[in-house]
Amino acid sequence: MTNPIGDVLKTEVILAIGTDTTGNHPIIANYIMEAVHQKGVKLLVIDPRHIELVDHADLWLRHNPGTDVALINGLMHIIIKENLQDQAYIDERVEGFDELKSCVEKYTPEYVSSITGVPEEKLYDAARLYGKANVAAILYTMGITQHTTGTDNVKSCANLSMLCGNVGKVGGGVNPLRGQNNVQGACDMGGLPNVFPGYQAVTVDDVRKKFADAWGVEGFPSTPGLTITEMFDAAESGKVKAIYVMGENPAMSDPDKLHIEHCIESVDFFVVQDIFLTETAQLADVVLPATCFAEKDGTVSNTERKVQRVRKAVEPPGEAREDTWIISEISRRMGYTMPASTPEKIMEEINLLTPSYKGITYKRIEKGGISWPCPDEDHPGTPVLHVGKFARGKGLFFAIDYIPPAEEVDDDYPFLLSTGRVPQHFHTGTMTRRGTGLNRLCPEPIAQINPEDAKKLDISEGDYIEITSRRGSIKVKTWLTERSQLGMVFMPFHFHEAPANILTHSIVDPVAKIPEFKVSAVKINKAA
Amino acid sequence: MSMVRLTIDGSEVEVPEGTTILKAAEKAGIHIPTLCYHKRLPPLESCNICIVEIEGEKEPVNSCAAPVSEGLVVTTDSKALHEQRTVNLKKILKHHPLDCPVCDQAGECELQDIVYELGIEDVPYEPRKVKRDDTYSTTLIRYWADRCILCGRCVAACRDLKQIGALSIEGEDENARIVVDPDKCKSCGECLMVCPTGALTENLSRYKGRPWLVKKVWTTCSYCGCGCQFQLNVLDNRVIGITTDVDTGVNQGSLCDKGRFGYEYIGDESRLKKPLIKENGAFREASWEEALDTVAEKFKALIEQHGPDSIAGLTSAKCTNEENFLFQKFMRAVIGTNNVDHCARL
Repeated sequence: MTNPIGDVLKTEVILAIGTDTTGNHPIIANYIMEAVHQKGVKLLVIDPRHIELVDHADLWLRHNPGTDVALINGLMHIIIKENLQDQAYIDERVEGFDELKSCVEKYTPEYVSSITGVPEEKLYDAARLYGKANVAAILYTMGITQHTTGTDNVKSCANLSMLCGNVGKVGGGVNPLRGQNNVQGACDMGGLPNVFPGYQAVTVDDVRKKFADAWGVEGFPSTPGLTITEMFDAAESGKVKAIYVMGENPAMSDPDKLHIEHCIESVDFFVVQDIFLTETAQLADVVLPATCFAEKDGTVSNTERKVQRVRKAVEPPGEAREDTWIISEISRRMGYTMPASTPEKIMEEINLLTPSYKGITYKRIEKGGISWPCPDEDHPGTPVLHVGKFARGKGLFFAIDYIPPAEEVDDDYPFLLSTGRVPQHFHTGTMTRRGTGLNRLCPEPIAQINPEDAKKLDISEGDYIEITSRRGSIKVKTWLTERSQLGMVFMPFHFHEAPANILTHSIVDPVAKIPEFKVSAVKINKAA
Repeated sequence: MSMVRLTIDGSEVEVPEGTTILKAAEKAGIHIPTLCYHKRLPPLESCNICIVEIEGEKEPVNSCAAPVSEGLVVTTDSKALHEQRTVNLKKILKHHPLDCPVCDQAGECELQDIVYELGIEDVPYEPRKVKRDDTYSTTLIRYWADRCILCGRCVAACRDLKQIGALSIEGEDENARIVVDPDKCKSCGECLMVCPTGALTENLSRYKGRPWLVKKVWTTCSYCGCGCQFQLNVLDNRVIGITTDVDTGVNQGSLCDKGRFGYEYIGDESRLKKPLIKENGAFREASWEEALDTVAEKFKALIEQHGPDSIAGLTSAKCTNEENFLFQKFMRAVIGTNNVDHCARL
């Protein structure tokens, strides 16, 4: 997030696009509720699904899945035509306005309406609501990113925000709500194939030299490595011979599950380090038992980039050990001794090598977190990014054209499938489906389909249906609900008994390599 | 915003217009006893414990709701106020069973605290003539109707904080009780957070522990990226519940159902407890020595035969910064590849 969560209380308009906030980020939804119901903030929801936020919205645009770029270009078209953009901000702080303007020229309300299915007058209403606000915040999640045009979608959100002068402002910003407790930190720490910690690119000679010197090795490859989706393809082709997985469950979370399983089975050696014998661990050659968050000290970075403490409360079960111990032990056996031993010592090494984390020490965050960038020990942290000027100097508009989703409906597969989470469960269900509590609230997978579609297919509430895509087929119970628009079905992906990712396809965004979980073509039959 | 000056217990205080007397007193460091008042909720005025005297006014007022005004002279503690507070509290206590020895809340009960603070010693208990039914309970939250003092906090939290409105007070006098609309209730537990007594208790942990025997450890929630702060409640090396504080973290005491009830996995029997090695398609338990040697030897052999890029690693959005740092360092410095990624995209 460019801005802290509490900023939604300091804005005039919240644009929530592609985020089922009450379900996935309930605490952020609390803030939205307070903003809307107590502070008079206007809520504009853009989502193909009738999510709960819609019931609290001043305006809801229900667009066709995967048409976000066209929709946002359409809003910018109207904003520019009606001169609602923040021209002074653009002139001073952003480049590329003329290119953007000529690009959105053809996205007339009529054209956009034909692509998105949103009535023209609603496009005008939304553009004026967002465009006339003195400050407005954009919130988004995977509804924006999990598309083959995910990068374009994110850039479009940034375009819209910069067009109205909302980046670098309290109450404004472009705010992805992160879905895992430390997905921010895993990125910050260089858990990515193209960067070292602190987003220092592996392609830069000086960066490689700095890390080589610090770690006492000769050097590193100067080209980015493989992304998660590419790793599995490389496994299938034989290029990758071994995969070492720490705390991930790709056999449930990745698209086209049957293909992923096949890829994993193709590698010579598969090591999984986890707290449970997950669907992925079951495929491993060696399984290493690790500790969970309650059994270790450390830090995690939340969606506001705030680095906060995790503290050990209980001893791990059996012989389970901390991930840091396991990594260090493998490392030592391979002839490299990791010098740092405790989490606090590792943080000191992070401070040395990661400029944005330089001033974040255990001592300073004992009583509360600090948001990076925090360049030194006297720096208070940076709750709002890009204040005064952008990190890159000038902001940059991207002129982006609409590209349809990779898989579209046809006569054979006439329904659109979108996947996501339900409030009671988390990701692949590894944690939330243990024990009884959350399973009492939500015991089984349920597909949400529109009552009119159900009628045509002779499906009643609670019937089992078979959902089939070009990849495979699953059987699941139904919930007939207007939450799904006509021609659309929504399924959570937490459930191993009906894994939604058997159905999804693995075509990814060309830049971010993110799969298009929000649009797969499927057919639906009443199960025998 | 214009400022208002008033006098509380002889001290002069300046606060913005619209501030309540309670908050003005808090600013001046003056403690007024409260019960139904909750920082995140609108004034409920159901307990009348926070009453104060205002010079020139005949009747005391509820300081949680009364706004300040210029020149106000407020007294927060007097014999008359103490007597009136005692009467008001006894009215509440009359129908509250003193089953503290078996109540989960004992030791962290706001009702206990206020009774102790006001020094009430004799409380004749009169059971209600009409037995209330324990209508309000979900699979995870238990309602003890007799313990409920009908302060209204849970109703307000569900309505105002969550905008769900699943709870209401139904019936009058002897039969008044909290009822839930089961179609609306999501069992999020916001009502549990605000209940000042043991009327709402978590109906999940099979293990119980007195608050003073439980170790509480502040940490960050392990689910989404909000970064909610809570305390793991630990008894005999087992997490038996989660508690929060209204002043700590972005969540301000709130949690979702995953955060509040999703802790069972920590101590689940199916946790991995020993390294496993697969042989002929089946796992067998192994020692750490054997497992680690196997991994290291295999990695070394593959690097030698096929080069470092023949190995790829997935680090984790569920692990700490320190673990992620070490994992990518291992992949880059020890294996020698940039093939490291995690599930940020999934």
